[in-house]
Amino acid sequence: MSYTISLTSREDIDVHRFSWPVSIAIPLLALFIQVFVSRRLGFIKIFDLPLLVTIFFAVARRRPVPGLITGAAIGTLQDVFAGSYIGLNGIAKTVIGYLASSLGVRIDVDNPGSRFLMTLAFCLVHRIVYMIIDIGLVGGTEPWYWGHTLVSSVANGLLAVLLFAGMDRLKQRP
Amino acid sequence: MGRRGSAPSAFPGVGIDMENFFTRYKNPMVLMAVILIQVVALATQVKRPDSRTPGSSGTPLIRSWTMALFTPFERTLVATGHFFRNTWHNYIDLHDVRKQNRELQDELARLRLEQVRLRAGADESQRLRALLDFKERFVGQTLAAEVIGTSGTDLSRIIQIDKGSRAGVKQDMAVITPDGIVGKVKDVSSLSSLVLMINDRESGAGVILQNSRLHGILRGVGQGELQVSDIMSDERVDTGEAVVTSGGDGVYPKGLPAGTVTKVAGDSEGGPFLFVKIKPAANLERLEEVLIVTKVAEEAPVAAGDSAPRRAAEILAERLPSVSKTPDNTAGNKTPANGTAGPAPVANSGPTATMNKPAAAAATPKSKPELKTGDASTPARKPKAPAKPSPTPSADDAAAGDNSETPQPAEKKSQQPPSPEPEKPPR
Repeated sequence: MSYTISLTSREDIDVHRFSWPVSIAIPLLALFIQVFVSRRLGFIKIFDLPLLVTIFFAVARRRPVPGLITGAAIGTLQDVFAGSYIGLNGIAKTVIGYLASSLGVRIDVDNPGSRFLMTLAFCLVHRIVYMIIDIGLVGGTEPWYWGHTLVSSVANGLLAVLLFAGMDRLKQRP
Repeated sequence: MGRRGSAPSAFPGVGIDMENFFTRYKNPMVLMAVILIQVVALATQVKRPDSRTPGSSGTPLIRSWTMALFTPFERTLVATGHFFRNTWHNYIDLHDVRKQNRELQDELARLRLEQVRLRAGADESQRLRALLDFKERFVGQTLAAEVIGTSGTDLSRIIQIDKGSRAGVKQDMAVITPDGIVGKVKDVSSLSSLVLMINDRESGAGVILQNSRLHGILRGVGQGELQVSDIMSDERVDTGEAVVTSGGDGVYPKGLPAGTVTKVAGDSEGGPFLFVKIKPAANLERLEEVLIVTKVAEEAPVAAGDSAPRRAAEILAERLPSVSKTPDNTAGNKTPANGTAGPAPVANSGPTATMNKPAAAAATPKSKPELKTGDASTPARKPKAPAKPSPTPSADDAAAGDNSETPQPAEKKSQQPPSPEPEKPPR
């Protein structure tokens, strides 16, 4: 017999669904803003909107396979525009999608505090995975900027609180 | 479940265990499979160094497709924004235009005067370079493009422009602004391209420090900063010194502004090289429009007076198909091609002599070889313009060793239309 460790007080955790247009349009919109709007508004580069969308969909669906596939698709598209090797963000966001959906089953990720901490942690993990792939597989030489990574993670966590609250309205309850 | 009961396994218990295994570890296995696919794809890209070499079409297909899919939307968005902005600026927000117009007129007048002065200096510089037979690379042709996107991350310094292979853009073409260099084309799709900026860590450009004439390599060092590497620590580099491209990297034409030295320090790790920090000449953070260098001309610059005699000789060769170029006759032929021109010194005596005669026009020197060799009477000089063999000596050859010292009259001669039937040289 197996026991599942859960930090939620609820009896059952809602598994949310999203319509197909939302599932496609929201990631594309995030990507569009990240790539094209950041030309005008440079501060957007500190955020990682595709990562936030990946986390949101993963924890809301609470199913690892759709979560990791969503992460893989969004990350690959992001790589296309980032000009880097295609697969760097893809692999990193695949891992995040898997971890986020697995985490969503176990803890309550609907309150702002846990959302902030969860996003902050996932941003750090995403950066670590990205750097491991970049240095280990591609031979990149990008140094690690701890301060920038930390500031970026906190900023993404704060944005996630606001963004996820707005995106909750897109959920379809089963 | 029913299937499990109805299909007996050859190895009792194994089939059930395997099915349980796959069911239980389905998620991690899918994760591993997806990561494996991406790692293989990544390895495929890394293994192809030819995709980074100039001229090769190394853009991954998925990147090309996706960029082609997204670019029209972005172009539409940018065009819409321009429409509203231009409408506002060109039709509504027109206050102070008259004042600006007056200021611009004054500026134009001042620049015209400056242009005259610079042109004189440029002519002199060209003549001197021709003397030294320098070969120089310079911007031959450019294509204007608009910046429509960025990489969206601080990890790479890449911009997306709205011109692609359809407009003639190719990999490794230099991208510049009037202020200085920007980067080079990294990936090309049909409608857009990705440009790797000079402050990216993967970027590099050959540069010269303008005053000290030290060569170095301009590199991005992360966070958008620029550094010139490979300068020995015993060299002297001053803050504020301009940095220009050396042309040695095969991407950027020579002499384009790259930046200014803002900080000079010794290597923090005690290395033999200086740390020379550079402020880029172009504003890389706020790029709106850029120029793609689609053609880099490489040729030896010629002095201003050289082109006219050569044109005259070519005109003559075209209009005198019967005139031959026999070196034998040329060597000893000191008779002028045109009887009215007289001997060479006479022909050189004034710009007005026989200016309306084509043979006299052909009697102008090829001053470029003269500048190279310094020997005006070299008999073995070959004429450039082809002509049919003929017993009569070539007017071009006849004059080849004669009056090369005075290109200026020849320049005037070449502007005269040659008569269709030139006079034969006197025997």
